[in-house]
Amino acid sequence: MNPALLVFFALAGLAVLGALSLVVQKHPIHSALSLIVVMVSLAGLYLLMGAEFVAMVQIIVYGGAIMVLFIFVIMLLNAGEEEHTDFSKLAKFAGLPLAFALTASLAALVVKPDASIPAAMQAFIPKATEQISSMLFKEFVYPFELTSFLILVAIMGALVLAQREKK
Amino acid sequence: MVPTNYYLILSAILFGLGAVAFVFKRNIITIFMSIELMLNAVNLAFVAFSQAFGKVEGQVFVLFVIVVAAAEAAVGLGIIILIQRNRQSLNIEKVNLLKL
Amino acid sequence: MISFLQQNAFWIITIVKIALLLFIVLTVNAYLTWFERKVVAHIQSRWGPHRVGPHGLLQPAADGLKFLFKEDPTPAGVDRFVYYLAPFLALALSLTALAVIPFGPDPIPVFGQKIYLWITNPDIGLLVLFAITALSVYGIALAGWASNSKYSLLGGLRSSAQMISYELSLTMSVVGVLLMANSFSLQKIIEAQARPGGWGVLGWNVIGLASGKFPVPQIVGFICFFTSAIAETNRAPFDLPEAESELVAGFHTEYASFKFAMFFIAEYTAMITVSCLATILFFGGWLSPFPASSFWTFTHYIPSITLIPFGLWVIYDGIRYETIFGKLVLPAVGFAMFAIGAVLLAGVWIVPLHTVSEFIQPVFWFTAKILVFLFFYVWARGTLPRLRYDQLMNVGWKLLLPVSIANLILTAGALLLRGAK
Repeated sequence: MNPALLVFFALAGLAVLGALSLVVQKHPIHSALSLIVVMVSLAGLYLLMGAEFVAMVQIIVYGGAIMVLFIFVIMLLNAGEEEHTDFSKLAKFAGLPLAFALTASLAALVVKPDASIPAAMQAFIPKATEQISSMLFKEFVYPFELTSFLILVAIMGALVLAQREKK
Repeated sequence: MVPTNYYLILSAILFGLGAVAFVFKRNIITIFMSIELMLNAVNLAFVAFSQAFGKVEGQVFVLFVIVVAAAEAAVGLGIIILIQRNRQSLNIEKVNLLKL
Repeated sequence: MISFLQQNAFWIITIVKIALLLFIVLTVNAYLTWFERKVVAHIQSRWGPHRVGPHGLLQPAADGLKFLFKEDPTPAGVDRFVYYLAPFLALALSLTALAVIPFGPDPIPVFGQKIYLWITNPDIGLLVLFAITALSVYGIALAGWASNSKYSLLGGLRSSAQMISYELSLTMSVVGVLLMANSFSLQKIIEAQARPGGWGVLGWNVIGLASGKFPVPQIVGFICFFTSAIAETNRAPFDLPEAESELVAGFHTEYASFKFAMFFIAEYTAMITVSCLATILFFGGWLSPFPASSFWTFTHYIPSITLIPFGLWVIYDGIRYETIFGKLVLPAVGFAMFAIGAVLLAGVWIVPLHTVSEFIQPVFWFTAKILVFLFFYVWARGTLPRLRYDQLMNVGWKLLLPVSIANLILTAGALLLRGAK
């Protein structure tokens, strides 16, 4: 039981708890806070894997911009707690077992005892940030420019959508 | 070190929980957040494979996924604001007619 | 016992460093409030606090006691979890940001272990600071929302919208420095400013005129960075969302004694962090303004030389002070300062004191520069009028963001023309 495994279980447990809390909570603000907990714990897992640049980008962009957007919208729209309505009979009894079945089948697909996946890396990727940046500007420069165009289109779309109607 | 399988199982669990929330929750914003949770689970799988194979392309793709999720969140939340303005409700069962 | 200490030395040293840093930062926070009240008062032609202890120096202690003993009501109808979480989150994030700031270059050798003057030095130190800045929006947004009050909600929304707008120009204005230093690590950024050939103050990024391969003057970047940082920390002249005469104190209206103190400490700690960051990125961190050649080594005794007259002045002031407590305490403190200064100055002749003096010199310059920036903060508060909210957002999006992007493009172009890789 090396320390890395302990840290992994702590962070993974926190992520699963956050996701469960997202499903269970009634008020959307609590769900948003749980999602932030999931994202920060995933950033911790990325750090554990040695992907430090991706971890920081995850916190800055996902945790610091996208989730702030969600929280703004929840506050502006004054979203209240979910109303209590009865689930369909199928959902009440078969909901949890089916969810478990979905997760188990996904996990079984992914965890094939296959020799093509190395069991564990012994060392982190050295100078990952420099490699990422050189790849972004050399091999992936076309998708990079396309995503900047995508963001521009998204900004214009959001601006147009949120305008008040001119009466 | 942590075996790659552990990360993949965690990714599957998070994806499953995101799918469950997507199907069973009623508030549109919570459904949208479950989509983000599913995207995060996929990101985790990408980074786990990137570390397993020692190549950095996985992490570059994670950056692209994050950027696309940001753009999608912006537009999607704009649509949600419009729905709230038109139906005065954030319940997804009130948005089940094609005609206004 | 000794072997246990030696095996876990890393963890024990880190925990002791964290405790020490928290203690120092909280004390500096308390005396920063005293400093601010005194300076703003003198700008407004009045004395600040001057009754509680000599020159009002015990005022922070009195304020702290007040915060502890005041009633702490919770308004009705608040969302309990979020209401209690928000100030805690703000404080925790502000204090965490100090973990990556380096305070000096040389390690202290203790019992064979080298203790560096930082808690951690990751290769992405600057990105960690940006991440914490991005997360600190939550403390304010959630506080505004959880208070179940229209004014708090409006204040919280305005404040968080301001913070996320100025985050953009904050990060853009720093990229010029990153291009020159080739690393996100704060220690390497400082070391990149110690240009070979001993240029001293001219090598700092703000002036950037040294003849090495890389420097491009970053004065525009510095102005954008500092203005965005003042807006980011919600300080005057950008403090419309939280000023007491505007929206009824904004997002922290419904927060009483101890929770308000947590927001307060979070804001002042953010001020200190931003001042540290400004000195590290643009003003050479712990580098002395004098060049590092052998002719200028006598300037290494400047810390000791400044302590001596300062200690003498405190003694002189203490002897003539009004209250008896002041007459006893101030000369004692002044004498202690004088003694330390004289002992350090004796390092010219005595070798072990010489190493202590060499060790103190970078830390002294770092602290002096931080104090200058804190003085700028307080000076701006006392002098400039508040910006209206739409003016504030216009400055953020239409002035600072284009200027910082233009700075980035020009710096990148200049570096490309000089043939840097």
